[in-house]
Amino acid sequence: MIDKKTVYYVAALARLRIEDAEAERFARNLDDILQYIDKLNKLDVDGVRPTSHVLAVENVYRDDKVLPSLSPEEAFSFAVEQHERHYKVPKVIE
Amino acid sequence: MVSAPGGLMSQTGNMDFETVIGLEVHLQLKTQTKIFCGCRNVFGSEANANVCPVCLGLPGSLPVLNRQVLLDGIKVGLALNCDINRFVKFDRKNYYYPDLPKGYQISQYDFPIAKKGWLEFPCEGRSKRVGITRAHLEEDAGKLIHDDRLNCTLVDYNRTGTPLVEIVSEPDMHSPQEAYDYLTALKLTLSYLNVSDCDMEKGSLRCDANVSIRPVGQTKLGTKAELKNMNSFSAVKRAVEHEVERQTRLVLSGGQVVQETLLWDDAQSITVPMRSKEDAHDYRYFPEPDLVPFTLTAAEVESVQIGLPELPSAKLGRIRQSYGINEYDATILIQDRSLADFFEDCARLYSDYKNICNWINVAVLKEIRSRKVGLADLPLKPETLAALIQRVDDGTISNLVGKDILSGLVDSGKSVDTVIAEQGLAQISDDAALEKVLDEVIAANPKTVAEVKAGKTAAMGFFVGQAMKKMQGKANPKKLNEMLTRRFQNG
Amino acid sequence: MSIPALSAHELMALMNAGKASKEEIAAAYFERARGLNSKTHAFLRLEAAPEFPAATSVTLPLPIAMKDNICVKNRLTTCASKILDGFRPPYDACVVEKIKASGGVIIGSANMDEFAFGSSTETSSYGITRNPWDLERVPGGSSGGSATAVAAGQAVWALGSDTGGSIRQPAAFCGIVGMKPTYGRVSRYGLIAFGSSLDQIGPLTQDVTDCAMLLNIIAGYDRRDSTSVDKPVPDYTQALVRDVKGLRIGIPKEYFIDGMQPAVEKSVREAIEVLKKQGAVVKELSLPHTEYAVATYYIVATAEASSNLARFDGVQYGLRVVPDKTRKSPLVDMYEATREQGFGDEAKRRIMLGTYVLSSGYYDAYYLRAQKVRTLIKRDFEQAFGEVDVILSPTAPTTAFKVGEKLADPLAMYLSDIFTIPANLAGIPALSLPCGFDDNHLPVGLQLMARPFDEETLLRVAFSYEQATAWYLRRAVL
Repeated sequence: MIDKKTVYYVAALARLRIEDAEAERFARNLDDILQYIDKLNKLDVDGVRPTSHVLAVENVYRDDKVLPSLSPEEAFSFAVEQHERHYKVPKVIE
Repeated sequence: MVSAPGGLMSQTGNMDFETVIGLEVHLQLKTQTKIFCGCRNVFGSEANANVCPVCLGLPGSLPVLNRQVLLDGIKVGLALNCDINRFVKFDRKNYYYPDLPKGYQISQYDFPIAKKGWLEFPCEGRSKRVGITRAHLEEDAGKLIHDDRLNCTLVDYNRTGTPLVEIVSEPDMHSPQEAYDYLTALKLTLSYLNVSDCDMEKGSLRCDANVSIRPVGQTKLGTKAELKNMNSFSAVKRAVEHEVERQTRLVLSGGQVVQETLLWDDAQSITVPMRSKEDAHDYRYFPEPDLVPFTLTAAEVESVQIGLPELPSAKLGRIRQSYGINEYDATILIQDRSLADFFEDCARLYSDYKNICNWINVAVLKEIRSRKVGLADLPLKPETLAALIQRVDDGTISNLVGKDILSGLVDSGKSVDTVIAEQGLAQISDDAALEKVLDEVIAANPKTVAEVKAGKTAAMGFFVGQAMKKMQGKANPKKLNEMLTRRFQNG
Repeated sequence: MSIPALSAHELMALMNAGKASKEEIAAAYFERARGLNSKTHAFLRLEAAPEFPAATSVTLPLPIAMKDNICVKNRLTTCASKILDGFRPPYDACVVEKIKASGGVIIGSANMDEFAFGSSTETSSYGITRNPWDLERVPGGSSGGSATAVAAGQAVWALGSDTGGSIRQPAAFCGIVGMKPTYGRVSRYGLIAFGSSLDQIGPLTQDVTDCAMLLNIIAGYDRRDSTSVDKPVPDYTQALVRDVKGLRIGIPKEYFIDGMQPAVEKSVREAIEVLKKQGAVVKELSLPHTEYAVATYYIVATAEASSNLARFDGVQYGLRVVPDKTRKSPLVDMYEATREQGFGDEAKRRIMLGTYVLSSGYYDAYYLRAQKVRTLIKRDFEQAFGEVDVILSPTAPTTAFKVGEKLADPLAMYLSDIFTIPANLAGIPALSLPCGFDDNHLPVGLQLMARPFDEETLLRVAFSYEQATAWYLRRAVL
């Protein structure tokens, strides 16, 4: 059962701020979906290998060769805020 | 259970504690390009000069593994006596930090490139073996610059995507000194592989320490604290010492150690809890869908194994045995793979190995240190050093002159004989000339002659000095001594 | 002259006969796209004027609609999300490079569900798109803008992306052809990821011939996408033959469920008869794990999405919200405020679900289990394709539903993808094409699925069916 506390925990992990009024609604939505998902527990999956890649492709490499990087104009064309060739963000407290 | 020899035992009242240390070392690989994109992997570029959509984590970009990184990872694993996983995959480690542009780090979780190894090294007069839990490949993060004036943080993503090998040790160390010695030995081994600069100052080798204490006799590990921000091996040692003291004091006063990350402040010798990452311990690892798995054949692993250089401990044993060099001198030689190679090259040209070793460990190292370069950058050929030693041996020049001209030989690149001839450094060993000078100094100093004859043989040195002076230091001192001894014996 | 809304191959025929120039065609489509957009809102943004790329080999210089999650260099690319407000990628997606190289003209960015999270294009942060057959109904989703643009004649054709049916279901709702190629057939480089192990870019077109032509352009290995497959690309137009004699077509009994709209079942059953008449061998079969597909999908897709969307944090690009008063730290507050305001409800819901199923203590119960069930679903298909060459089903259980009808019930919305999701989980190619209309004159979609990399058989069956009927000739009247 998904409660508000779980919603807040998950929201914090995902860096989402959830208002009190919304928390209950999200809890209900998630609970509905998880109850539906619960049907997977009917299946016996012992010994079944998990699929994380659907095609049997392996060993895709790149050679250690230099390719062009972005020019400074390109690298900062989308920057929200910049300062002397750096991306600028609010202060990080360590 | 008794703590290992040399372990730090804090004895207070009736409670003895054992220190338990595990180390996590991050090694930057010096490949040409980054781990998942073709941007240059170099230190010291202008900010954000080596970035592209992939290492900036721009929407829609995808990683492709640099094959060299996998090969270097195998190399590190084999050098640390690990099992190489023949099935390798990458996983996402999810957490938020502005130096991590995708909001996750591509790392390895359950199938790291290497696992279950060990490193053996001399420590406080005995041999110590520390287990290597695993070595895995991952991408480095960017660099944050905190700007107080602008009250903001500036981000440089040049370092983002630099290939890293993280080497995780077992909690097998029981004193700060053991941790220090492990790191020294690990760095030496890694430096032989030529896959990294292993330079702590530049951040190409970094170390975090997990420290806990437990009552002696307890097998369960105590709660650990993670120490970060140590910028040298000695700082690691100091930080661990400080942390052990802190934990001991805390427990004895009835407190409990909590699991946390602490930043070491070397200037003030204190640790400070890290505030920003404390809620980020649920990393939600899952297989990286954008990279396919990798399978290594036995032949691929074997070919890396065959290509491995002789590692320091093996080299130490062989140099001692093959050349009869003592442990102390051999240990100095193997601190640098190229120095040991240089020694062996010289040894092929000249057979008094002990003598070569003395020259290298004193005179050559002095040249390296005073010039602040590596041996590779010192233009000194083994042939030159061997020729120089031979000229001292055969009496052409004195030992002192030999040491004096080494520096000039390195600078000029000229041959030993050319320098001796050009500077007129050859010793005078001509009997007649030497006897003539001796005649003069003996005649001029009757008082000293009397002293020698009265049994004060040490006074003979005075004549050697006087003769040397008259011949501008070029007299063969060995010969002078022999002649003087003969003269006074006879008469 | 005025160029009617024609298929790509018809327009190429006009051009080759010297009856129209690429400029005239582009101008006509640009005008129609702009004129109809207030009705359909197929496009979030329209280019001001046609820009003919300096193409390397001009083969198909036709106007194309680009789903808003495919990066176009220096053009706004937002995934219909506020969080990517103002984001102009500094590079072209692989498929965009290929479109430009073939002379294609991008007409604008097609609307979509925010980050492709939806089946109706109603979760777009920039307004809904309307179905050209009935403006009170949704066009399906998430590639609803792409499907509408093609069905309304606002573009010759379009690219979309399909993670759980996002090309096929809107194609079905809009009465056009949509294909999700085999996972790995088309490069994902430059597609803003939703579920990386499921996503695939594909064509939305007016008929099967166009589908083959557009697939010819976009298919192929790309060294920048590790999951793209290095396999030769055939000329897909060669597969456009009317011949299904002896071809074995499987009808999965799990795809004919209670609650399915009767008109949908009727149209699909009739389509089976059409193919039978042409000599196809039809047999019923079972894909026993079908009922677990939606649950599996919502674990795998949301887990991947929660991680893929972590990069939208206000640090580098897109939206940044900095609150006046900080609660924790300026940085964490920026993250949370940016993501709170930048993401819509459905995005938040999926990010939270995905975060939850990966979180400590739940991984094995949810994510790992889902990956194992994914194996079982994939095996179902492998077994089925031992017996048949193509699997046939409805594309969706209903025709287009009304705007707002399912928005309040996320689970009901998820279940509308029940027939399309399995192909993504199995990585196989699948195609939807029109096979009839319901009582409300809304198109019904027929889904065909084939073995990995057997797009040719899909096209052959689809072409044979299409040519034997005339559904594809019907156009929405706006």
